[in-house]
Amino acid sequence: MTVVTDVAAAVCLLLGAFFSFSAGVGVMRFDNLLSRMHVVAKPQVLGLLLLLAGVALRLQDKGSATMLLLVAIFQLMTSPVAAYMVGRAGLRTRCVDATLLDTEDDAFPVRSSTPGDQA
Amino acid sequence: MMLAVGVVATTLLAVGALLAVVRIERGPTMLDRTVAFDVLTTALVGAIAVEAAISRRTESVPILVVLSLVGFIGSVTIARFAAVEPPKNGTAAQRSGPRPSSVGPGPGSGAVAGSESEPTSDAGTTNAGGEVS
Repeated sequence: MTVVTDVAAAVCLLLGAFFSFSAGVGVMRFDNLLSRMHVVAKPQVLGLLLLLAGVALRLQDKGSATMLLLVAIFQLMTSPVAAYMVGRAGLRTRCVDATLLDTEDDAFPVRSSTPGDQA
Repeated sequence: MMLAVGVVATTLLAVGALLAVVRIERGPTMLDRTVAFDVLTTALVGAIAVEAAISRRTESVPILVVLSLVGFIGSVTIARFAAVEPPKNGTAAQRSGPRPSSVGPGPGSGAVAGSESEPTSDAGTTNAGGEVS
């Protein structure tokens, strides 16, 4: 039984570490803010959830599992909020190239996307 | 076996964190740095998780809770209050005259001005002064 859970924990840890690594690569290689936000919002959270699952499988302790579940729920709740706030701030400070967006928000018209033209 | 898993996982996490640090150093805007800082914090949480898993240490688990809380608060705070300040307005303040007055009052007064002018939305919390002038 412990062998099975240890192997499962090892697989979870390796996969989670790989996803975290891919998040680092993505945040380094992608060339605009929205792509980098994608990397933080999705592969990073998946990697962290896999790592926490690995820890829970390895520890097999009820109190620790509860706390790890708390971390996972908290990450799932806060990551969209953080991404939303970063994206909103990016739109407002015109760090985001609005021509990349599919839909045009009335609050952020595309035509004034070049920085400094209304200064 | 667990030791090899720990070595590989820690190496992957360390390389990811290193790339995030490079992006923090390079990132053209403050928001890129915020995003990369988020990656760095989560890599730190992951490293502590790997350590707790390898050595079966239960007492490392509360650190994860605290770190995830702190990382969220840090990234949201930067996105809300410090997104405007760095290079764009800094260089604009050095180039042109009227910009520094909009940088000076800070996000607090900007939020007040935005809520006065546009009651329907919460627009203008970051750069209301610059948009109006």
